[in-house]
Amino acid sequence: MSHGLLLTFEITILVLAIFLGFEVISKVPTLLHTPLMSGTNAIHGIVIVGAMLVAGLGDKDTLTTIVGFVAVVLASANVVGGFVVTDRMLEMFKKREKKPDT
Amino acid sequence: MSREVTNLLYLVTIVTFILALRFLSNPATARRGNQIGAAGMLLAIVVTFLQKSIDSYWEIALGMVVGGTFGLVAARKVRMTAMPQMVALFNGVGGGAAALISLAEFHRLAPEPGGLQADISTAIALSAIIGSISFSGSMVAFAKLQELIRGRPIVFPFQKTVNALLFAAVLAAGIAIAAGSEQQWLMWALLAGASLFGVLFVLPIGGADMPVVISLLNAFTGLAAAATGFELENNVLIVSGMLVGASGTFLTIMMGKAMNRSIANVLFGAFGQIAPSPAAAGASANGGQVRSATTDDVAVMLGYAHKVVFVPGYGMAVAQAQHDVRALADLLESRGVEVSYAIHPVAGRMPGHMNVLLAEANVPYPQLKEMEDANAEFPRTDVALVIGANDVVNPDARNNAGSPIYGMPILNVDNAQAVVVLKRSMNPGFAGIENPLFLNPKTVMLFGDAKDSIEKLAGAVKGL
Repeated sequence: MSHGLLLTFEITILVLAIFLGFEVISKVPTLLHTPLMSGTNAIHGIVIVGAMLVAGLGDKDTLTTIVGFVAVVLASANVVGGFVVTDRMLEMFKKREKKPDT
Repeated sequence: MSREVTNLLYLVTIVTFILALRFLSNPATARRGNQIGAAGMLLAIVVTFLQKSIDSYWEIALGMVVGGTFGLVAARKVRMTAMPQMVALFNGVGGGAAALISLAEFHRLAPEPGGLQADISTAIALSAIIGSISFSGSMVAFAKLQELIRGRPIVFPFQKTVNALLFAAVLAAGIAIAAGSEQQWLMWALLAGASLFGVLFVLPIGGADMPVVISLLNAFTGLAAAATGFELENNVLIVSGMLVGASGTFLTIMMGKAMNRSIANVLFGAFGQIAPSPAAAGASANGGQVRSATTDDVAVMLGYAHKVVFVPGYGMAVAQAQHDVRALADLLESRGVEVSYAIHPVAGRMPGHMNVLLAEANVPYPQLKEMEDANAEFPRTDVALVIGANDVVNPDARNNAGSPIYGMPILNVDNAQAVVVLKRSMNPGFAGIENPLFLNPKTVMLFGDAKDSIEKLAGAVKGL
């Protein structure tokens, strides 16, 4: 596929993703806005894929090695922290049916 | 693994992320959604590991252990009240990662003649700028929320001019890179300038506006991730990043609406420098004064009421009083008092913060009323118990055109028969604005730590 064609495809899915994002998010009740923010926070941890592609290159100079490594560290913290925090929050919302424990 | 298979597996990851967001529309399915999203993330990581271009594994593995351990420990240890700064921190590191990827890609591609195509270099510039702003901005937001630095707006002369010039310089560097300059120092200058801009941009924003800022920075990191996707020609980055970008933008707009202020006003207004309230000044001149009550007085008011509405604010969160509030509510319910909670959309330090805290204390969520429903109920409410909330119940927002929060929709607690305000002292709230509610003849103040006061109230109600 030519570079220009690939780019147009990329822009197409980008624009579709904008609409999809608005559509999906608008159904989330205000009750869950904190977990929503934290959950999307975890999702942008997907930059870990980019960080891995940079850090994993075969022959690279010292700068790229260091920068790639730090990028993986940061992105991993984003991914793990993001999902774990969100899970902790949502766990509490599940317990709501429990009888009052007085 | 071929590129086709890779892309199809990445598509599976994208679908899991969309499902994760969809499942968030219902509290009962939300947690499963998050787990599905985490599984999708794991899949993307495994697929990336299997790429032909990946030759050296130890940096990746070591980096994941270091970063992952930090994330896990931080996320496990954090208290629910400190959640906003934790989200800010994780958001910042994500933005930082995106900026570093751009730095590495520029460094790798630029020295080869023709190594950078225009779209790639544009994406590199964008992701470097947005990622750096998100990184440093989030760190300042973290520091403010963690109270490492002053929460109030930090302003200095010519701040806006300095910021504008700095931003113009960063933009110029970005355009030069996008236009094909292969000078490495330009990238370093861009990263430094954008990081400094991130700091200067968040410093003048007051603590009360932090929810909006965090939400905006969240969108920024998403956009930076999407731009990295263009650099690396990677679909999963483009779509996931943009999903987050769109959702963060949406939340930011919603919060602006909830405060009836434009996003520009939030970002550039240096909101929350102490402004004297003419109404309050007038009231005190007319002999209006603060009346403070004892725990026993308030216990009697609550114990013999038909309907009590709790109005929690950040003060409740700081004092970790949510469990005691729940215990008091149960006690009142057992006496036949109708109890509900009025939740302002921007109460706390991030959208929906109070809901999370009350859920932590097992408050059944049908009792949580959103602003409009709550306001409809106040006229038939006997006692509105305001726990550490201030600006969201400030009648100046309705009555005083001179007030900085004029026009912000508030909880009209002054429509209740009586108002009890639990507060540490008469200091103005986080936004630094005076509140005439405290001078209202219907209002009594119960000074002290919220947790302590609520515990004593519960004891006194038991003794009735």
